[in-house]
Amino acid sequence: MLWRISRRLLAIAAIVILGGLTSATLVRFAPGFATDEQQLDPRLSAESLQALHQSHESERNVFLFYAAYLNRAWHGDLGISHSLNMPVSSLLRDRFPVTLRLVGLGLALGWLIALGLALTSALARVTAYSFFAIGFSGALLCLPAAVLALLSVVLNTPGYLAIALLVFPKVFTYSRGLLEKAYCSSHIVSARAKGLGPLRILCWHVFPVVAPSLTAIAGVSVSMAIGSAIPIEALSGIAGVGDLAWQAALARDLPLLVNITILVTVATLLTNYGAEIAGHAVRGQES
Amino acid sequence: MSATRKLACAILLVVVISALGATWIAPADYATQFREAPNAPPSRHHLLGTDEIGRDRFSRMLYGTRISLLLAPTAALLSTLMAALIGAVAGYLGGFWERLAMGITDLFLSLPWLFLLITVRALLPLNVSPLASVLVTFLMLGLLGWAASARVLCAAARSLRHSGLLLQARALGLHGARLFAIHVAPNLKPILLAQFWISIPVFILSEANLGILGLGVSEPLPSWGSLLKELEGLTSLGDQPWKLVPLLLLIVVVTSFQAVLSYEEIAA
Repeated sequence: MLWRISRRLLAIAAIVILGGLTSATLVRFAPGFATDEQQLDPRLSAESLQALHQSHESERNVFLFYAAYLNRAWHGDLGISHSLNMPVSSLLRDRFPVTLRLVGLGLALGWLIALGLALTSALARVTAYSFFAIGFSGALLCLPAAVLALLSVVLNTPGYLAIALLVFPKVFTYSRGLLEKAYCSSHIVSARAKGLGPLRILCWHVFPVVAPSLTAIAGVSVSMAIGSAIPIEALSGIAGVGDLAWQAALARDLPLLVNITILVTVATLLTNYGAEIAGHAVRGQES
Repeated sequence: MSATRKLACAILLVVVISALGATWIAPADYATQFREAPNAPPSRHHLLGTDEIGRDRFSRMLYGTRISLLLAPTAALLSTLMAALIGAVAGYLGGFWERLAMGITDLFLSLPWLFLLITVRALLPLNVSPLASVLVTFLMLGLLGWAASARVLCAAARSLRHSGLLLQARALGLHGARLFAIHVAPNLKPILLAQFWISIPVFILSEANLGILGLGVSEPLPSWGSLLKELEGLTSLGDQPWKLVPLLLLIVVVTSFQAVLSYEEIAA
């Protein structure tokens, strides 16, 4: 067991390092790399221009840059953002809680609405209600994250609502299918016939059956929410990591983008791995 | 075929025909400016009004639908072919090749799709001709969107590799590319078709996301993304509701795509 966990964590570490290197390579070879708006300032002297030019010199060889970056990061120094002229660690420290709150609240609300509607739809078995729930989630499934962000700005609603509405249809569609299947299974039909209360049936018979599959979608929904944070933060003017990634990509800010890519990769992989472990744990309890 | 699927097919057919016939149906060219009527409300001459520089919105919607609906399947085809090449071949070969292919797939899937798409597109040149922007956008969608399909295809090819069917074929002397072409590829066809169909709405929505952020198809060419960008100017939903028509069309088209692909096919 310990060997499997360590192997998996090693694989995650390898993917994270490779992800960072890929991101660094992309930025390095992006058109406009190493050009600085400040270089256009006519007041700058030749020495200043030379200094500006040399500030990117260490980034020209992407492998050397990445090796040096990893070495510095190991000692807690994440580098300096060229575009914002601030330490990356302080930028991430300021912005991370904003994104965490946005994504966390969005996920919680999305899951609450999805599970609430899926459960009532599976329990009530009223065609009109199910039709409404399916139609609502189906319409939301067709909305791009950026449209939800724009609508949240137009309607003056909080940004996390956009994330909730993005997560909701995927979770609803999946959980509704699982719950309906579970409620139709023979042991639950017989539990109902024996007169067990709905809450007891849910907690003792339905939840253990659907929980392992729900943990799988939990990992996917976190990844989806993190990804949608860029358009939502960029369009709603929320100063989080998503907005920072957007600015870093446009400004070809190598140190900033590499750090954000690594952060996002770590968050996605650990969440998915966590969901997998939780799924295994639930299955283990069940058996 | 269920009634819902028939209806979805009919809707898609009407939309595709209207988009392809935009040259004849549209009252104006997508770039023609009616300078005397900027920001005009819907009228007999301009069914959905005009945009801020006086271009007919209905015509732009038809041309934009053509671009999005022709290029999303092209990108889906590219991504499915890449998935087949990487996933199916790796699954069929097994061993080192499978581990390598799945490692690369994991690398692609370790980043959320939107994050990957937006950052990569932002890093590519933005100041390009409209035609180049169309090609860049959809090539990028195709080249980045293969990973999830590759994983599905790899699993399917792996299970085929261990099947009795392939064991018998090997015993009869079939090996290598011939075995893959005769027995593996035809068995993967339904999965390839399902993955291709699933990718189309995903790519349509991705293009819309990029377009709204200004990273999609460049002006003056229209696409659903650039048409939806107009929503930025709204102050309330009741204010100029005709601007929401492209959004409604997007919802209808994506829903139809999803309805056409039944759950049985997805499961296959």
